[in-house]
Amino acid sequence: MMMRIQVNGKTTEVSDDATISVLLTQLSVTGKRLAVEVNEDIVPRSQHTEFQLSAGDRVEIVHAIGGG
Amino acid sequence: MSEPSEARLPEDKPLEIAGRVYNSRLLVGTGKYRDMDETGRAIAASGAEIVTFAVRRTNLGQNPDEPNLLDVVSPDHYTMLPNTAGCYTAKDAVRTCRLARELLDGHNLVKLEVLGEEKTLYPNMTETLVATEELVRDGFQVMVYCSDDPLLAKRLEDMGCIAIMPLGAPIGSGLGIQNRYNIRLIVENATVPVLVDAGVGTASDATIAMELGCDGVLMNTAIAQARNPVRMANAMRLAIESGREAYLSGRMPKRLYASASSPVDGIFF
Repeated sequence: MMMRIQVNGKTTEVSDDATISVLLTQLSVTGKRLAVEVNEDIVPRSQHTEFQLSAGDRVEIVHAIGGG
Repeated sequence: MSEPSEARLPEDKPLEIAGRVYNSRLLVGTGKYRDMDETGRAIAASGAEIVTFAVRRTNLGQNPDEPNLLDVVSPDHYTMLPNTAGCYTAKDAVRTCRLARELLDGHNLVKLEVLGEEKTLYPNMTETLVATEELVRDGFQVMVYCSDDPLLAKRLEDMGCIAIMPLGAPIGSGLGIQNRYNIRLIVENATVPVLVDAGVGTASDATIAMELGCDGVLMNTAIAQARNPVRMANAMRLAIESGREAYLSGRMPKRLYASASSPVDGIFF
């Protein structure tokens, strides 16, 4: 079964047992320096493999960019 | 600008931030460059050891091979200083800092900036105070972008900020240091490093900040938007060193009238 979540403001379908790691793989952003937040709480990297996503979750995936 | 010469020369203390001593007093941003290559070369030429960057959403599905800033400006070589640019509320700023800490594996040094409005990007000091309180409580080492109000600067220090960073002029304006007296007052009152953050346009502006006794200067646009950023980065490095040396030398007092440099004694005509 699939479920819908919001990733960086866009509706995204993932399987209903998806973890953060599964999502990052699906988005082809594994191995990059990222930080992940679910519903405005940080999910530490060490928890990505076990953190289960739920329908309606708002996920933010951020990285470092040039700025002053 | 200088007030009558002080009895004692300023003490030459090394720049220490969050327990680490730095040789360079120039801190640089990483925005507005043409590309990553130019970013890397300009930062290398600046001699900066502390580099600030922003935190933004990762582009998903586009340019998967886009170079990552942290590949060009490596945390192995530079002290990374995440900033909260673009935040207009304490809540967004605190959230950004927490994401940055996760991004950098627990590194807790941040540049807090909470902006008030788009036109001037002037700091919103009430929100800055709220964010400072929360971040200090949460264990962050806060370098704070602030207005040049000496009383608020002191307040931020008392709240636990590890560096006070008043603007010289609006971010990206290149107008130079507009209120030298306030910067000077902030420096005199502070027991933590004071760095001018924002407003520098060219080398002489950076020198003035250092002559006022600032511990350092943080800049981005003045280097990135110069016609030759790598060369300007070098100019800024020299300007900061010159200003620091002049400050430590104790400049001559200003006089309204001339004072001959050659002796009057021995004149033969």
